[in-house]
Amino acid sequence: MENLVPHFAELIRRASTDLPADIEAALRRAYEQENAGSAAQNTLGVILENVRMSRAGSTPICQDTGTPIFYVYYPTGWSTLALKKQIREAVAQATAKSYLRPNSVETLSGKNTGNNLGDDFPYFHFEEWEEDYLKVDLMLKGGGCENVGAQYSLPDTRLSADRDLEGVRRAVLDAVQQAQGLGCAPAVIGVAVGGDRASSYIKSKEQFYRPLDDESPNAQVAALEKRLTEEANTLGIGPMGFGGKTTVLSVKIDSLERLPASYFVTASYMCWADRRRTMVYRDGAVTIE
Amino acid sequence: MSIVDLQIPISDDAIRSLHIGDQVRLYGTVVTARDAAHKYIMDTFIHPPAIPESEQALHDELRRLWAGGVIYHCGPVVSQDESGRWRFVAAGPTTSIREEPYEADVIAHFGVRAVIGKGGMGPKTLAAFKQYGAVYLHAVGGAATLIASSVKEVLTVYKKDELGVPEAFWVVRVEGFPAVITMDAHGQSLHETMAAASAQKLADLMGTR
Repeated sequence: MENLVPHFAELIRRASTDLPADIEAALRRAYEQENAGSAAQNTLGVILENVRMSRAGSTPICQDTGTPIFYVYYPTGWSTLALKKQIREAVAQATAKSYLRPNSVETLSGKNTGNNLGDDFPYFHFEEWEEDYLKVDLMLKGGGCENVGAQYSLPDTRLSADRDLEGVRRAVLDAVQQAQGLGCAPAVIGVAVGGDRASSYIKSKEQFYRPLDDESPNAQVAALEKRLTEEANTLGIGPMGFGGKTTVLSVKIDSLERLPASYFVTASYMCWADRRRTMVYRDGAVTIE
Repeated sequence: MSIVDLQIPISDDAIRSLHIGDQVRLYGTVVTARDAAHKYIMDTFIHPPAIPESEQALHDELRRLWAGGVIYHCGPVVSQDESGRWRFVAAGPTTSIREEPYEADVIAHFGVRAVIGKGGMGPKTLAAFKQYGAVYLHAVGGAATLIASSVKEVLTVYKKDELGVPEAFWVVRVEGFPAVITMDAHGQSLHETMAAASAQKLADLMGTR
């Protein structure tokens, strides 16, 4: 396999220091909508200035660089062993250069591994596909927002949530309200309906790779995505929970098969520092977008 | 809605004039302290009947810095130049609630006037804010680069070898550090009021189908 380690390292640097254009644009729109001089507006102003400074100075947008989550789409014939080895090498290099904070803590001993590598860290998903090129999607999923994700088992009597889209609506609104500002709002909410407990969480976080302005191909779900974004914003929690008009930038929903006995609704929470980037290696050339 | 410039050391009058929702820009010397530093303070200065001889100097220095002063819940990323001078590279706040068991005692002992962090603190600390005259300054979570740029000088660091870089007592001079008061010296907490207000809005949304 070609040595792509420097390119993987650049993918990580870009993800950590350069906020995606669609997220930045949404934060700017939110800034413009808040009341002039309000804590909400000034907070978004600080966030936008921080984004500008981080990009210009190549410094991490947020000091919690989170869990690097790599989705690797590879053509037939490539070795996932080799890909994993190279990406892990790139993660260690990016950590040594302070683009990533050492975040891999051995749970039982409390010891930080120091280089962001552990048996199960970072997280990889490998998928062989029929294209003739390599694509790597990277997201940095922070710890603060990870802590306010929630999973519901429907029917839920506390929420009067049944096994239908109305039940999904009630669960997601509850999750956003419970999170308050602790996940560093304004947020993107990734929702998965179905699955088992594990696959439901994984699918909910895959939603964060979606472009901010897309919508579900299912018309009913797309309508719910839009409705939930508007309704979540009426909760008034605002940036960092200071109160304001924008609590949620977008709600993204997908579904997966479930057992007859189970009906999980999983709402994962991505903070305003929604760091995601894609690397494509095609015909010997690398692009990072 | 104006922004208040707050100069450290902060007087009791200045504290009592502040209310939840007020926006602040902080100027002066701040000391970072997070999980390990709070444990050190409790184990060394607050719980024992007497302060160990070897730790007396640090205790007196922290007393001087924190009388009317400010604690910042932060584990910075730092760099050091050839001459040994430190610089803050990334310095966003960490979640404060982990220090809730200790902060009231720290405020009482040292005369701290403000605690900077993320996510707010609990009822024990809120009561201490009222009793001793102090406030919670909620920094902008994740604004690591901007907050580091408001740190104009790293004056010194204590216990770096024992506690490690992120957990040490970093003494820094800040200019224009942006924050919002979310807990004040009048018993008010924006975290409480926001939770209640948003719970009511949620109930309204759940009432509609």
